[in-house]
Amino acid sequence: MKVGILSNQYIYILQIKFMEKLLVVNNVSKVYGDYKALNNVSIEVEKGSIFGLLGPNGAGKTTLIRIINQITLPDSGSVILDGEPLQPHHVKYIGYLPEERGLYKTMKVGEQALYLAQLKGLSKQEAKERLKYWFDRLQIGDWWDKKIQELSKGMAQKIQFVVTVLHKPKLLIFDEPFSGFDPINANIIKDEILKLRDDGATVIFSTHRMESVEEMCDHIALIYKSNKILDGKLIDIKRQYRSNMFEIGLITPNHAAISASLMEKFEVFPATFKSINDELQYKVKVPDSVATNDFVNYLTSQGQLTHFVEVIPSASDIFIETIQKN
Amino acid sequence: MNHLSLIIKREYLTKVRNKSFIIMTFLSPFIFVGIFALVAYLSSLNSDTVRKISILDETGLFADEFNSSPHMQYKILQNITLEAAKKEAEIEEIYGLLFIPKTENLEDLSKKITFYSEDSPSLSMMSDINNMLETRVNTLKLKEAGIDSETIKSLHIDINTNQETFKGKETSKLGSGLKLIFGGVAGYLLFMFIIIYGNMIMRSVIEEKTSRVIEVIISSVKPRVLLLGKIFGTTLAGIAQFLVWVVLILVLMTVVTSIFGVDAASASPSQQIMENSIDGGTQQVLHDVMLEINNLPILNLIVMFILFFVGGYLLYASLYASVGAAVDSETDTQQFMMPILMPLVLAVYVGFFTVMDNPHGTVSQVFSYIPFTSPVVMLMRIPFGVPVWQQIISVVILFGSFIGMVWFAAKIYRVGILMYGKKPTYKEIFKWLKY
Repeated sequence: MKVGILSNQYIYILQIKFMEKLLVVNNVSKVYGDYKALNNVSIEVEKGSIFGLLGPNGAGKTTLIRIINQITLPDSGSVILDGEPLQPHHVKYIGYLPEERGLYKTMKVGEQALYLAQLKGLSKQEAKERLKYWFDRLQIGDWWDKKIQELSKGMAQKIQFVVTVLHKPKLLIFDEPFSGFDPINANIIKDEILKLRDDGATVIFSTHRMESVEEMCDHIALIYKSNKILDGKLIDIKRQYRSNMFEIGLITPNHAAISASLMEKFEVFPATFKSINDELQYKVKVPDSVATNDFVNYLTSQGQLTHFVEVIPSASDIFIETIQKN
Repeated sequence: MNHLSLIIKREYLTKVRNKSFIIMTFLSPFIFVGIFALVAYLSSLNSDTVRKISILDETGLFADEFNSSPHMQYKILQNITLEAAKKEAEIEEIYGLLFIPKTENLEDLSKKITFYSEDSPSLSMMSDINNMLETRVNTLKLKEAGIDSETIKSLHIDINTNQETFKGKETSKLGSGLKLIFGGVAGYLLFMFIIIYGNMIMRSVIEEKTSRVIEVIISSVKPRVLLLGKIFGTTLAGIAQFLVWVVLILVLMTVVTSIFGVDAASASPSQQIMENSIDGGTQQVLHDVMLEINNLPILNLIVMFILFFVGGYLLYASLYASVGAAVDSETDTQQFMMPILMPLVLAVYVGFFTVMDNPHGTVSQVFSYIPFTSPVVMLMRIPFGVPVWQQIISVVILFGSFIGMVWFAAKIYRVGILMYGKKPTYKEIFKWLKY
């Protein structure tokens, strides 16, 4: 009896722990022959967030995504979806847009979308209604009877996107979702992803396009050479990577003297930004010992301060810097 | 299971709606019957031509033996030299010249008879001429020995051994012939079916990879279910096509034979036997054939034909599917085709040589248990009477191997899809099994 109660409590605690997390990956490893694709990787994805899974080519991202999709099984470690260990029936809660993607070329758009939706467990009627909604929404209704081979790549990508989200999955996994789209359509898809998130879906997002990471992700993890080397909220990571660097513009009669004294006191890097003044432009690294206000006071005492901005590390900078460190 | 029926339905519909599939379904019987009619027509033309052959017989012993037939006209030459006869033959466009020189005795004759012609004569015509000469020489020799031909004829007795099993069931040579025909047709049918539709399954398994839809599909269904669905769907399309072929060919054949007469129909072996039998004498033979057919274990044959046909086909289909699973494109399949075709060809050889020779010998028995050869070999053995327990064991092994093969193919598939653009080796495939 006692054991029973204990284990019930344990499960309860586990449930509480996982309640806010839609997906928990625990110490997952995967070896292909002599090649270690993943080494003890753990991630936690919060409900309703957009999670950026980053890393250079061949780092192991796709292997991790395939494990979450149950395409391959991990050698060790566990995956928990919505509080339950991953099971075959979970596929209907996941929508996956793989990087290597395509559709049956000789099948008609409508038939194909219906087929794929039914494989995800929708009834034919339900699938039809939802397809109509999405086709109207993306204004692609008149493609229904066309064969995929008659469509352009971007058009086929739109169909692929609809098919991925049609069964209203709790977890959406997009691997390079914007490749093949022109900027207008990429924006449409981006807005749709954000809307899906607002409607309650959780998104895992794997891409090399850092500007979209910057725009969309709440949380990122960086995988490099089969290991996770960085993980956290994007804003926290940015704070962690801030370098107390400031971009300044200073109008002063004596360029040379001021420059010399700046360089003597601080680490100074050249900077260029758009301005209508003829001014000194520098990036200055301020040591921790100097308060920002003191630095500003110093600058105003030297001339007229026209520009003062903290340099925030971009996702791209963080990506490159972290990988170079490892 | 819902997934399985969805996949089967899709596979079936895609195949059946495919334009080239439809064209092949309806065109093939026409091509087949067309070629058949052409051959029948040409050979009827061929047999209409009359061949003239002149005979220069210096011995004078053979002149009466050569009776002209509708296809052969013989002309006996007399008082003319060989050279002159040759020249005459060329001028008069005579097909050939048979020269029989005068010799000391009949033994010497055996190697001295020569046939002259423009080009080399057909084998059947030469053996006809040889037979005629041989019969005549033999009769002459017997006469020399003091036995006249009438006595020889009256001494000749045809023996027809009656066959009966210990349990008193009558068997006959005719029955054995029928059994061989049944086994042969069944084996051949299976062989053709596997060759035609195995490739189709392989291509269909590769389809998901070339169109890159594989990862989307495989994130919804298990590879095993996908493979099974593809095998069943394609098979159903194959059966539909096969049925159309059979019906169309039967109809067209009836039309063609009614145009060309019985000649064309005589090319199919079963009818040939019927016809020979009718030629051979009476309707009695036809009656015997019907009786023999009734003597065969019909129910057993039909049930086992279906089981072995389906099982054998599915096993090979899953082999083809594993090849499709291992490669990226059709061009890479060559190296794996050989090991599939080998056991199939072996089965047909064992069936046609060993089983015909000795249906219950050790070799026949062993090969009727090995799943890759059992469909053909066992089907050929069953008409000769195989204990039911042996048949059941063989069927169980066959279907067990089919399930195992699908598992194997699914395993390869799961790994094979993740490796793009690389031609796998056997060693690598073996390694994949352990992933």
